Amino acid sequence: MNSNAKQKIAFTLLMLTTVVVTIPVLLIVGVILKHGVGALSWDFLTTPPRHGMREGGIFPAIVGTLCLVVGAVVFAVPLGVLAAIYLNEYSKENLLTRLIRLAIINLAGVPSVVYGLFGMGLFVIFLKFGSSILAGGLTLAVMNLPVIITASKEALASVPQSFREVSLSLGVSRWQTIRHIVLPNAIPGILTGIILEVSRAAGETAPILFTAAAFYLPGLPNSVFSQVMALPSHLFAISTQIPNIGLEMRYGTALVLLGLVFGVNFFAILLRARLRRRKKW
Amino acid sequence: MHHRPDWDRFRDLLIEKLVFISGLASIVFVLLIFAFLLKEGIRTFAEVPAADFLLGRKWYPISLPPQFGILPLIAGSVAVTVGATVFAVPLGIASAIYIAEVAPPRLKEVLKTGIELLAAIPSVVIGFLGMIIVAPFIGKTFNLPTGQTALAGSLMLSLMAMPTTVSIAEDALTAVPRRYREAALALGATHWEYIYRIGLRAAAPGILAAVMLGIGRVIGETMAVMMITGNAAQIPHSLLQPVRTMTATIAAEMGETVRGSEHYSALFAIGIVLFIITFLVNLVADVFLHRSRGTT
Repeated sequence: MNSNAKQKIAFTLLMLTTVVVTIPVLLIVGVILKHGVGALSWDFLTTPPRHGMREGGIFPAIVGTLCLVVGAVVFAVPLGVLAAIYLNEYSKENLLTRLIRLAIINLAGVPSVVYGLFGMGLFVIFLKFGSSILAGGLTLAVMNLPVIITASKEALASVPQSFREVSLSLGVSRWQTIRHIVLPNAIPGILTGIILEVSRAAGETAPILFTAAAFYLPGLPNSVFSQVMALPSHLFAISTQIPNIGLEMRYGTALVLLGLVFGVNFFAILLRARLRRRKKW
Repeated sequence: MHHRPDWDRFRDLLIEKLVFISGLASIVFVLLIFAFLLKEGIRTFAEVPAADFLLGRKWYPISLPPQFGILPLIAGSVAVTVGATVFAVPLGIASAIYIAEVAPPRLKEVLKTGIELLAAIPSVVIGFLGMIIVAPFIGKTFNLPTGQTALAGSLMLSLMAMPTTVSIAEDALTAVPRRYREAALALGATHWEYIYRIGLRAAAPGILAAVMLGIGRVIGETMAVMMITGNAAQIPHSLLQPVRTMTATIAAEMGETVRGSEHYSALFAIGIVLFIITFLVNLVADVFLHRSRGTT
């Protein structure tokens, strides 16, 4: 067999494999859409569950997920962006910087359920926040810190060095240069990272299981110390702990969760595409 | 503001201190995580010798007296991880090659977006579909009493390992210096011969890192495995048996324990084991990643 024929066969096989890998996404979306769309209604989205969660809607879970996501963003974004500024603008190549990098890699690899244990130990028990929006939001924030730091650092690194040099040579201080020259140019990239954090925080179950999630709470939270229902933990609960529940309720919940996560992701993808086109340097 | 330069300088200094402290946050949190796992879990190692904990074959946390041997749980995690790796690694590397080397630019963007969306699907949704569709299918195909097996877990987890493996392996292939390709093509090699003989070899450390990070993702995955592997704490003899992983044990049992009890601290002790395993896996991956960057 000559080399060209070999190449043809190899490339065809590679293409088929890639199809096999990407098709599950379409299948998953298709199946959930097909079975879940029937459950969607104004009532489903805006009323609490009824009859032992076998009927009614998922409103408290939607609100709970939004609260947890806001909590995660409020805590993780300032800390993560400042950490990225340190790593990209101030740090030198030394032992400390290497340790920080190692810590970020390690944080990114810690299993989600271990974050749950940590959040329970530190926020719920030691700091006495109880199982609450505050404890869950903080746990999700720590978990997503590596995402924010990595995305922000990349965004900062993509701002050309010459921008900084011009500003510094005009006698502007280091922080003022970062604040007025570097950061504004890095904002879209940082935003993409934040949006990805939102999508991850909205879909996580294990970290909130012992730090925030309630099995059933018809009312809405009234403070950061309230326990909440959340979409992923609700889907888990109605899938595994409630016998004889209609498939449609479960598919409907999965559809809303997937819709939320994908919607947020699409937004990030669009933003990134625009960013690439707009870049003038 | 210009008439108060001292205040400006003071504020800048303050902010720079804040930036430095934030820079240390990751280290602080890694230490905090380890400290709190130890604080709640160390009791177990005082009561059960570490060897009995790690190698004990009986996980009966609520019988009298309770037995805390996590070998079946480790075996469950290993079975699911090996299974998922067998599916995810060849497929993932092949897709990475296709995306990095073969696909035209437009298709490349579409495929990368698809992979990114696959990564974004919440694990509870994967678990839900595994429970409703994949596990029953496996049960029927192999004529098993239950389809909730290590195989079902492996299949669904390979989907979750795939995005990590594909995107990092693709990065590694793309990072191979252009001159390698140009030299190979100039000597008359076909594109495929270049990929097979040179590109893959030059990218090998990065591809190994991709595999390690995929494995790390699978070991730590919780919700999907809890929902579809059948939750039986036994040492499996094949992928067609139900298993229970370390992660699933923590998530499933934490809700039923009394805070401060032996069982409670044993679950934190499993957390310590998981923390150490994923730390090592990620460390090795990072060493490979650095080596792959060093080749250029």
